[in-house]
Amino acid sequence: MKRFLCMALSVLIMCGTAVLFASCEKNYDGEINVFNWGEYISVGDDGGRNVIQEFEDEFNIKVNYMEYETNEELYNLLKSSNSNYDVVIPSDYMIEKLIDEKLIQKLDYSKIPNSKKIMKRFQNMSFDPKNEYTVPYTWNVTGLVYNKTMVKTAPKGWSALWDKDLKGKMLMFSNSRDAYAIAMQLCGITPDTFTKADVDKATEKLKEQKPLLKKYVMDQTFNEMERDQSAMAPYYAGDIYTMTTNNDSLVGVLPEEGSNLFVDAMCIPKSAQNVDGALKFINFMTRPEISAANMDSVTYASPVEGAKELMDEEVASSELVYPPESYLDKCYTFKNVDDEVYTYMQEKFIEIMS
Amino acid sequence: MKKLYKIYTGLIIFFMYMPVVVFIIFSFNDGKSSVWKGFSLRWYANLFQDKMIMNSLWNTLIIAIIASVIATALGTLAAIGINNFSSRKRIILLNVSNIPILSPDVVTGVSLMLMFTIVGVAFHFQMGFWTVLLAHISFCAPYVVLSVLPRIRHMDYSVYEAALDLGCNQFQAFRKVVIHELMPGIFTGFLMSFTYSLDDFVITYFTKGASFQTLSIKIYTMTHQRINPKVNALSALMFLAIVIIMVTINLKDRHDEKKRGIRV
Repeated sequence: MKRFLCMALSVLIMCGTAVLFASCEKNYDGEINVFNWGEYISVGDDGGRNVIQEFEDEFNIKVNYMEYETNEELYNLLKSSNSNYDVVIPSDYMIEKLIDEKLIQKLDYSKIPNSKKIMKRFQNMSFDPKNEYTVPYTWNVTGLVYNKTMVKTAPKGWSALWDKDLKGKMLMFSNSRDAYAIAMQLCGITPDTFTKADVDKATEKLKEQKPLLKKYVMDQTFNEMERDQSAMAPYYAGDIYTMTTNNDSLVGVLPEEGSNLFVDAMCIPKSAQNVDGALKFINFMTRPEISAANMDSVTYASPVEGAKELMDEEVASSELVYPPESYLDKCYTFKNVDDEVYTYMQEKFIEIMS
Repeated sequence: MKKLYKIYTGLIIFFMYMPVVVFIIFSFNDGKSSVWKGFSLRWYANLFQDKMIMNSLWNTLIIAIIASVIATALGTLAAIGINNFSSRKRIILLNVSNIPILSPDVVTGVSLMLMFTIVGVAFHFQMGFWTVLLAHISFCAPYVVLSVLPRIRHMDYSVYEAALDLGCNQFQAFRKVVIHELMPGIFTGFLMSFTYSLDDFVITYFTKGASFQTLSIKIYTMTHQRINPKVNALSALMFLAIVIIMVTINLKDRHDEKKRGIRV
């Protein structure tokens, strides 16, 4: 009995001191809560740069770095709980929604001098036309990946995903918006925004495709393609680049019809507690050398002028990571869609998948 | 027939441990993917210098230890209290205590989040370490009640009275006799709380706030791109730790039993 009491007490004391130590290991001049996509920053793997550590050392501001999985998850947390994030990094259409619902605030660009280095193409984008709320963090497009030992004729565009010869060997996005975008493009609809009628047309197209598919997936695509389990799949081009480095028979294609150019940008929520620290963080992340380090580990493209030159040459020279300007002109960027239409699309997609 | 038994047992063990073997093997893979690219300790090295993973691991352990200790104390006392009520009240109270166990985690998580949000706005605090700790204590305590109660029902109350007769005051009798008798139940309750707290995802997810995260949350967010092999390395180490703990507990039990002269 005594032994147990002693044990319990010592554990408690240990915890107590540990908590104390953890909280005052260093005197910071404040802290910021950063909320980013999972695996979306350079954390110092294999001797790379530990970006957060560098920021903490330079500005003496503690960074509580948290991660999320989908734009919708971020939206729910911003909308419904009283948790205060200082920097968030949502995608294009979600930014539009957050601005509409007044969940993010206007930025003081005089405190983000590096924002001048953002390429022209990524300023004043449709989701933030006056450039008041955002500083882009990364961009990339969607593309196709195929296994050249399993596919006879190299695919040129999205219609290859409806190829009957590859029945049972193809994958498709299980994310409704990405899947519908492909179908809509093939129906001649520009998928940046759409109506219920457009959804209906695309639903027919997707139903046609379903019997040809192996399954609907997201990150499983890596496994399926790298291990020669599937012949063709749509995915994000930067990730396709990673797949091709892991399996030599994989080839990435930028579909000739054009594809979705997505941009993730840094914003400050209305509920932020340390706006000053957040602005410093955004400015820091927009330095070319920091952006280059991040993009090396994420293998997406940087919107910062001069970052491409500082990246690993092999990564930066890939057309999958940095699609050429001429290709970007064919691409579209998602806009916010009416809640009702969006839910309608999600319901239809669940119907198709099940 | 005997052969069939063996095959059956073999299959069960195979399916239970195959995933473990796979992730241990792949934690030594040199590539980032599921394609074997040669042996390397690269992910172990990366794991130990990844501040975020280490931090979440630390958070997970701290929460699990503190929550299970407090939940064990509260749960044990509650069980003793519940047992002393008349049978009707006892049944009501027991059900009140069991409902949180039966209700889905999502419901518990969302309701806790709403409560913390409302209270937080009123009293100006943010969700974080403390809200997660409170949530974990509250979902662990019922398990302790559940594991301690049967012990109490089987305890001979006269032992407690004998202790009082032999000169113990009430507190001493409680500590030396009642707690001693209940120890196995308390220990089971503690272990259950510890494991539940350790692998809880849903409730933590809703109550963690903006500046706190545990390991399960960290791993979940990695799936946007794909799970980093560092997680394999971490899981392998945790598995090893569990094996070591199990073996020492078993060895110690054997040792104790030999000492008492009981044959297994």
